[in-house]
Amino acid sequence: MLRVCLKGANSAARKCLCGNGAPLHPLQQCRSYTSGGSGSSAGKIVAASVLTVGGGVGGTILYANWDPKFRANVEKSIPYSDQVFGLALGPGAPPPVINKPRKVEPVQISSMSEVWKDSKQPKAKEVEKKAKQTDSEGPPAPAPQETLEAAAKCTECEHDPTMKERPEGEVAARLAEQDKAEQDLLTSLSSNLEDALGSTAKVTLQAIGAQEAALQAIAQHTRQLREAMEAEAPPDKKSTQWRVLEDALSERSRSVDEAGAAVLKAKAELDKLRGVIDGAKHLKIAAARPSILAAEENLHSMVVDLDSVVTRVQTAQSEAKIVSQYSELVNEAKAQFQKELNSITPEIQANWKGLTGKLTQDDLNSLIAHAHRRIDQLNRELAEQRVREQIHIDSSLEQQKLEDKKALEVAVSTALEHNREQMRLEQEKKVEETREVMEAEMRTQLRRQAAAHTDHLRDVLKVQEQELRAEAEEILNSSLMEKETEYRRLTQDQLDSFTLDMNAAYARLKGMEEAIDSHVIAEEEARKAHQLWLSVEALNYTLKTAALNDPTEPLEGAVQAIKESCAEDEFAQALATALPSESLSRGVYSEASLRARFYAIRQLARRVALIDETRNSLYQYFLSYLQATLLFEKAQEAPPAKLSAEDLDTFKLLSYAAYSLEHGDLELAAKLVNQLKGESRRVAQDWLKEARLTLETKQVVSLLSAYANAVGLGTTMAP
Amino acid sequence: MANEHGQKWDRCLADSTVKIATGLGVGIVFSVLFFKRRTWPVAFGSGVGLGMGYSNCQQDFRSPYQLHGHRVKEQ
Repeated sequence: MLRVCLKGANSAARKCLCGNGAPLHPLQQCRSYTSGGSGSSAGKIVAASVLTVGGGVGGTILYANWDPKFRANVEKSIPYSDQVFGLALGPGAPPPVINKPRKVEPVQISSMSEVWKDSKQPKAKEVEKKAKQTDSEGPPAPAPQETLEAAAKCTECEHDPTMKERPEGEVAARLAEQDKAEQDLLTSLSSNLEDALGSTAKVTLQAIGAQEAALQAIAQHTRQLREAMEAEAPPDKKSTQWRVLEDALSERSRSVDEAGAAVLKAKAELDKLRGVIDGAKHLKIAAARPSILAAEENLHSMVVDLDSVVTRVQTAQSEAKIVSQYSELVNEAKAQFQKELNSITPEIQANWKGLTGKLTQDDLNSLIAHAHRRIDQLNRELAEQRVREQIHIDSSLEQQKLEDKKALEVAVSTALEHNREQMRLEQEKKVEETREVMEAEMRTQLRRQAAAHTDHLRDVLKVQEQELRAEAEEILNSSLMEKETEYRRLTQDQLDSFTLDMNAAYARLKGMEEAIDSHVIAEEEARKAHQLWLSVEALNYTLKTAALNDPTEPLEGAVQAIKESCAEDEFAQALATALPSESLSRGVYSEASLRARFYAIRQLARRVALIDETRNSLYQYFLSYLQATLLFEKAQEAPPAKLSAEDLDTFKLLSYAAYSLEHGDLELAAKLVNQLKGESRRVAQDWLKEARLTLETKQVVSLLSAYANAVGLGTTMAP
Repeated sequence: MANEHGQKWDRCLADSTVKIATGLGVGIVFSVLFFKRRTWPVAFGSGVGLGMGYSNCQQDFRSPYQLHGHRVKEQ
């Protein structure tokens, strides 16, 4: 099929080419010249079309970017444009119309909407603003924002009096969607929070641990320092003590550094957590609130712990500083003492001698004197100190007061902060709790109300139903009665009219029937007459079928037909039966044949004219023959009206008969022949019989035909 | 009936011929046998034959007119 088409196409093309054979060469020539031009123009055309198409598509996309309604329209009208838009611009804004869920839906959804409203109400304004912002921006917002927008628009629409209603299913679907989005958000949020919390907690714990460790180290250090200061151990032990002390100091510094770093990390983590919590708070989803609250509490507690630990560390550090100062002083004093000692007793060297524990008396005395001197000095210093004590104390008190005030302020502020924070948290928790309780109560109340409402409705409906039913039944009955009476009346009318019609019709029918019957009878009569006539005609015809010297066909069939055709007609029957049986069975001879036969009979009768009963010998025969040959008579002689005695001669009779036969009067001829006597009679007997038969049949037939004609005439006449 | 006459004549003639012939024959035979070839038996025979034939013929022609009577004995 394809090949045929191709062939056809080829042949057509060839024909075309052959047809245009003349311009083909110029075309070919032209083609080489204009190929470049045509190519460039084609290229131009292609470029122009590409540009237009691209421009159209780009313009559509840009405008859709700007106007979401237009985008929605285009997405609706052109099948795969939403995919294109999604690729180019990202998912579009959902349609702005969400139905009022409070009108005709079940309680649950309305309560949900109420919940929505409640939850959204205080923040609706911000959300609206935000929604408007995002609307104007247009670019795709993250999924939570989208649902937020949807929710915001939902609230908008709740306040909007002119908006379409969406079907229930869509609302439920939408809400379900929103719920799902919320759930997802919630889970993500909670997971985020948990992660943040976990990490912060870990870090904070680490920090706290580090701080604790630092604290421990400081405490140990100070303790050891104090011990070292106070305990007067022998010099070797002292050195180990000092070494231990140094270790402790290094330990302390290290742990303090570690603690500091840990605290910084913890602070960073806490800040991060705070940021996450703030972000979560910004999302403003009611369900996340408890978790947010919990996270905040945790944060707060962590902060508090951290702060407390830090303060502890600080106090420890300050104590340590004091102790270290003290130790320094002590060391200084010791050094001083040692120096003095050394100055006094230069021999007494450092500790290694002390280790032996062997001191000379002088050393001891000088030592004691030094010691006494030192004591006096110290007493003097002490007295001086006591004198300055007060002043010092006052100044230091004041300083301390200042510092205390500052510290107090700081502590108060921090405590206040903490308290405030705590109060806020507690308040929020309480608010949450009360809100939940309220919501639950409201739900129950609403449910109760709804139940009451449905009960009431049910009762009212029942009552109404009964009323309406009774009314309807009444109306039904009355209309039914009406209709029945109407129907009865109509049927009666119908019956009456019908009866009348029927009677009339019946009468007419009867009349018609009678007329038809009479007609039928008349027709029957006519038919019968016709048939009779036909059959008589048939009989007549059969009579004519006599061939020469042969009788006719038997008349029986025709007579039978006649008999059948006029079964009730007695006259015809009688006539039909009157026919001689010979004619019926054998048929009759025609007149012509009889006439012809007559001549033979005549001859014979002439020959035996003298023979009768008395004269019948052969001699008589001879004589009669002689007479016949010698006697001449007229061949035909008109018979007289009356036959006389001498007319009864055979020869005369025969001539009369011949004459009458020639003139068609078979009857007369038969009569005349009947007058023959003797042997002539005997000889003519046969002929006579035949003639008689024929005459009879003819008579009957003529009678019948006359009768048929009469009857036919009678029937054709209109009565 | 018309043929009767003719038939009768036929019969008659045939019969006569036969009788004459037979008479002749018998005459001849007698003449030859018993009468030494005299002609009179032949003539006699033929005459007898002729007479018989004639008589038969006549009888045949008369037959329709003959009355058959029966004598009824009065007891």
